[in-house]
Amino acid sequence: MNYIDHHAHMVSRTTDDYAHMALTGCVAVTEPAFWAGWDRSTVEGMEDYFRQLVDFEPKRAAQYGIRHYAWLGMNPKESDNRELSRQVLARLPKLLDGPGVLGVGEIGMNRVTRNEIATYTDQIALAAERRDLVLIHTPHLEDKHKGTRVTIDVLERYPSLPRGRVLVDHAEEHTIEMILDHGFWAGLTLYPQTKVSAQRAVDMIERFGPDRILVAGACDWGPSEPVAVPKFIMEMRRRKHSDALIHEIVFDNPVRFLSQSPKFQRPAGTPEPARVGS
Amino acid sequence: MTARPTSPLTATQLVDEYFIENRNRLLEIAAFLDRIDRADPSVAADDFRMRVFAEAVTALTAAAPERLAHIQMLLSDPDATPLEALDRKGAVGAYDPSLRESRS
Ligand SMILES: [Zn+2]
Repeated sequence: MNYIDHHAHMVSRTTDDYAHMALTGCVAVTEPAFWAGWDRSTVEGMEDYFRQLVDFEPKRAAQYGIRHYAWLGMNPKESDNRELSRQVLARLPKLLDGPGVLGVGEIGMNRVTRNEIATYTDQIALAAERRDLVLIHTPHLEDKHKGTRVTIDVLERYPSLPRGRVLVDHAEEHTIEMILDHGFWAGLTLYPQTKVSAQRAVDMIERFGPDRILVAGACDWGPSEPVAVPKFIMEMRRRKHSDALIHEIVFDNPVRFLSQSPKFQRPAGTPEPARVGS
Repeated sequence: MTARPTSPLTATQLVDEYFIENRNRLLEIAAFLDRIDRADPSVAADDFRMRVFAEAVTALTAAAPERLAHIQMLLSDPDATPLEALDRKGAVGAYDPSLRESRS
C-alpha cells in the first residue's frame, strides 16, 4: 500500500533505509529540521543543515522514487539559545521560499522554558504572517501534557493562523483530544520506546476516528524505525480494519494536509482521495 | 460499560490475538520490580520514578475504561509554569515532585 511519512529525519538514515521505505510503499517523505543530537554553534552551521535538507536529501530520496519535502525552523532542543534562534529566524523567510519547503517546522518546546516559549512564539508569529503550514513538536514523556497545553495557548493568540494548517505532532492518549478539539491536525509518531506503539496508535484511531490524524515513523539518529508506518498498516490489518480506512490514514490524510502548500505535489499515478465513512 | 467498542474484533477475538504478548509484558514488569528489589529494596520506595511506577501498577487494576489516560497523567508534570532556565536537555519519564519545591 502506498503511504506518505510526514515526519522522517532522513539525514540521519542510510540509503538502505530509503530502499526499505520504497519497498514498503513509501512514495513521499517530509523532513522537519531538528536537533542533531548535539548543539550547533553558529547560524552558518544551521544554514548548512537546512541546505542539506533542501538541496541534497531530495536527490538521495529520488533515487528510490520517493519525493522529499522539508520543513525549516529553529528546533525545540536548541531554541533555548535565544541568540542563535534570533539569527536563524532572521534568515528563515528567504529559506522558507526555497523549493520543496512546505512550512515552518519542527518548532515547539523541549523542557518548556521561558526562552523556548519565546522562540516558539516568534516562529508562530512568522508563520501566521506568511500563512505558512506549521509542524509542531510536542515535548516528550513527563513534559508532553504541559508542553502541549502551552503549545495550544500560544496558537490561540494567533487567530490569523488557520487551525487546519497546523499539525501538532507526537500526540498521545492524554493530549490528542485537546489538539483535535481545538481544530488542529494531530500527528502520531511511532517509536519503539518513548512515544506511541502501533497498537496504541490503532487504539486512538478506533476511539477518535481517522479525521485530522496523521501517522509517521519520526525516524532519526536514535532508536527509531524507518518502516514504522508499514508496521502500523500491518497492525490495522491485524485488527481487521479495511484497506480503504488504512489508505485514508496513511495516504489521503497526509495529502489533504500537505496539499495546503502549493509546493506539495500529489504523488504521480495516485487517484484523488475519496472520503471514507463520512 | 461507558466506552463504545469500535474495533472490528470482538473482545474475545482481542484476547485470542493479544493475550500471549501481554502476558509477556506483565512478566517483564514483574521481573523488573523483582530485579530492583534484589539489588536494593529501598530504591522502590525512595526513587520518585519507582514510586509513581507503583501507583501506575495499582491503576492497572481499576475497573475504569480510562486506565491508560490515568497512568499518562500520573507520569506527567502537572505544573505548566515555564522553567526559568533550561535545566537539562531531555525528560526522564516521570515527574519529580521535589522539583516543584525548588520551582516555587
Ligand atoms: Zn522530529
